[in-house]
Amino acid sequence: MTQLLIFNVVNGLIIGAFYALMALGLSLILNLSGVINFAHGGFLAIGGYIAYTLVPYFGFWGALVLAPILTAFIGILIERVLIRRLYGRDPLYSLLLTFGLAFMIEDGTRFIWGAQSLPFQIPEWLAAPLSNELFFLTGYRVFMMVLVAAVVLALFLILSRSRLGLRIRAGTLDLETVSVLGVNVRVLRNLNFGLGIYLAGLAGVLAVGMLGLQPNIGDSLIMPSFIAIIVGGLGSLPGTLLGGILIGVASGITTVFFPSASEAVIYVMMAAVLIVRPRGLLGEEGRF
Amino acid sequence: MYRLDKRAADAMIWLLLLSAPFWLPLIGGYTELGSRVLIYALAAMALNFLLGFTGVLSFGHAAYFGLGAYGAAMTIKYLAPSTPLAILDGVVVGTVAAALIGPMIVRLRGVYFAMCTIAFGQVFFFIAFQWSSVTGGDDGLTAWHRMPIDLGFTSIDILNDNKSFYYLALAMFAVAAGVMGWLLRSPFGRTLLAIRENERRARFLGIPVDRHIWMSWVISCCFASLAGTLYALLNDFVDPRALRWDQSGTFVIMTVLGGMRSFWGPLIGAAIFLVLQDQLSSHTQNWESFIGLFFVLVVLFFPRGVLGLIKRKTTQ
Repeated sequence: MTQLLIFNVVNGLIIGAFYALMALGLSLILNLSGVINFAHGGFLAIGGYIAYTLVPYFGFWGALVLAPILTAFIGILIERVLIRRLYGRDPLYSLLLTFGLAFMIEDGTRFIWGAQSLPFQIPEWLAAPLSNELFFLTGYRVFMMVLVAAVVLALFLILSRSRLGLRIRAGTLDLETVSVLGVNVRVLRNLNFGLGIYLAGLAGVLAVGMLGLQPNIGDSLIMPSFIAIIVGGLGSLPGTLLGGILIGVASGITTVFFPSASEAVIYVMMAAVLIVRPRGLLGEEGRF
Repeated sequence: MYRLDKRAADAMIWLLLLSAPFWLPLIGGYTELGSRVLIYALAAMALNFLLGFTGVLSFGHAAYFGLGAYGAAMTIKYLAPSTPLAILDGVVVGTVAAALIGPMIVRLRGVYFAMCTIAFGQVFFFIAFQWSSVTGGDDGLTAWHRMPIDLGFTSIDILNDNKSFYYLALAMFAVAAGVMGWLLRSPFGRTLLAIRENERRARFLGIPVDRHIWMSWVISCCFASLAGTLYALLNDFVDPRALRWDQSGTFVIMTVLGGMRSFWGPLIGAAIFLVLQDQLSSHTQNWESFIGLFFVLVVLFFPRGVLGLIKRKTTQ
């Protein structure tokens, strides 16, 4: 029983890490640009497929480094051409646009790489379990958790220490003033979008190592990411991180006792948060 | 003069709708497509009651549409083989769900509201998807069909006669459109417009804004679930895709495409969208890409919609 519980808590932590990675990217874009990026799951799929294409040339590690960067470039390009035009207009339009993009990306990946699911090889020594007792704890899972933790730490360091991060945080609070102070807001939003998409691409590479490749791989991750943001509190990145891990672990624990309710518990948590504390766990009051 | 124009336009729309089964085949359509347009138009008009006339963006209306559909289908399959009862049940299920979820989200605004409606919408998708012993899961709810309506002295055979079903859908559509039009002309409707135009000012005037948004939300979801019941009856089938988020997006794009500040906009948007989808899906396998592209193009080049464009032309 305890082993089952540990297994599912660890599982929940891993899933939670994915939710958090996705949700942090979504949150970055939402906070600075007011855009809900529906195509985020699509970018995750792109990251995974690019990694799949790169592995024969650069190996797993090369793909892990390169694929998220390439995904981020695609994101930056799309922001330049399409999404930028909608800033300052009703959020309805950017929602519809990214919604259409999500359709196009899913169908596009299916067109290029095929509808059938593809295998993704991870290094053998990572795929092996660490010990006999905790057979479910493969090296890959531990590696994923460590990597996600490192990336999240790096993200928060960038946001709190670097000039770019300072500007992103300031822009989140008052974009107009930042613009008046001489910061090129267009470039800032562009880079910020790229940063968010980088996280989606990275989540994509890690996810396909565990789940394999499918054109709709992002579908199952995007809704929980929205909920992570709602639970954690809009406008707060630490809240988003907390929200992602919380719902991941909660659904993991629920799997032990009521397997069929593991999805539902996420929504129950969202409803509870909205009733008790509409702004979310760490959200600022009066922001939305 | 303007008023006369408006009446003439209304009369024209009703005439076209009433005679549709007769002229549709002449231009290469078919009656079922007409019924589908009516049903989607009803759902999009219901959404527009909230979006266009209250100024609140819901991206989760498919949930209530789908609840209506499942309510109707399950009534016929498990309870009693009666079409009117199925419609009633579906509407009640959808409306009650909306009324219960409403208080949790009406305090939120803008993107936050939209995001929560999406997330709540997915709850019902998961229920329909996973509770397969009752809902049929991914395969959908099959092995049932709509029933002829028994009026005592005569019975309307909506099962085998496509035209009869079209007129049933049109009757429901007319009732819903009439009620929504009447509500929008009433003081209640004017209050909703005031909230849309300037929420803060409306609040200062002593209008209970949250309660009005809740009422508008419930009315909107009620008619969306009515459309859902008709959707299930039209197809004699319902599956979880009826309540997935892409369905919600379809309603929104129809509304925007037709023109969201106008009453009839969603009808025009629904007609254009469905005819296009009908054509695309019979010509190419990658029609999803084209639909996605269509979303992008509408947003970039056509944000005011067809009727918005016409209105602008005539006022110039």
